[in-house]
Amino acid sequence: MSFRDIAHIAGSAMAAQTVRLNTVASNLANADAAAGTEAGAYHARKPVFAAIMSDGGLGGDGAGAAVQVLDVVQSTEPLRKVHEPGHPLADADGMVFYPNVNPVAEMTDMMSASRAFETSVEVLGRVNAMQQSLLKLGEG
Amino acid sequence: MSIDFDKALGVHPEALKLRGERTRILAANIANENTPGYQARDIDFSATLQEMLQAEAGRTGPGAPGGGDGGNALYRVPYHSSTDGNTVELGVEQAAFAQNAQDFQASLAFLNMQLKGLAKVIAG
Repeated sequence: MSFRDIAHIAGSAMAAQTVRLNTVASNLANADAAAGTEAGAYHARKPVFAAIMSDGGLGGDGAGAAVQVLDVVQSTEPLRKVHEPGHPLADADGMVFYPNVNPVAEMTDMMSASRAFETSVEVLGRVNAMQQSLLKLGEG
Repeated sequence: MSIDFDKALGVHPEALKLRGERTRILAANIANENTPGYQARDIDFSATLQEMLQAEAGRTGPGAPGGGDGGNALYRVPYHSSTDGNTVELGVEQAAFAQNAQDFQASLAFLNMQLKGLAKVIAG
């Protein structure tokens, strides 16, 4: 039993969710950033989470895994292509490219990430209380 | 006649240790709530405790293995399966975590009572 492990696991989850919130903020901020070319347009970013299996302790085959952010990948959804000849960034055909950000999906992602973060904080608080009372063992 | 502290404290030290381990496993489940393909784990508390106690009873010398890694974590069966293969259900895990934390406090309280009794015996 080690409380340090638990703090590490909860901490890794908080870090991962922060990365996720970061991508959500970036996606929402750039949701309407137009570009003249398909390659130049902003593509929605998504973090990829993976579990780090640990050994040792009970269930040494990996029961107790921290989270890591493997990579942040760009969405492959098609871009929004709009015909706006008056747009200063429009190409020869009068087309502008808008990012493939789905604001509704981003909002739900944001809620999920912040809830998960809060849960990890709660876990840390609980573990802290458990450790405190363990330190007081035998004091009467 | 001497006081055997291990016997005097009963099942509670082992239970406390196991509660601590279970906290770690449940914390990992909660941490991996959004990890694709992660499968939630948990232990069968009473079976693992029995195993630990038997290991403890069969111990001959101070160097013999005491429990702690004898149990094996099982996989949780989800109520609803998700498309990304993740079997963590936050509500279930949160409830289990809270219950486990409460049981940890209960084990601590029992242990405290036993220790208080022993102290009384020693002090007279």
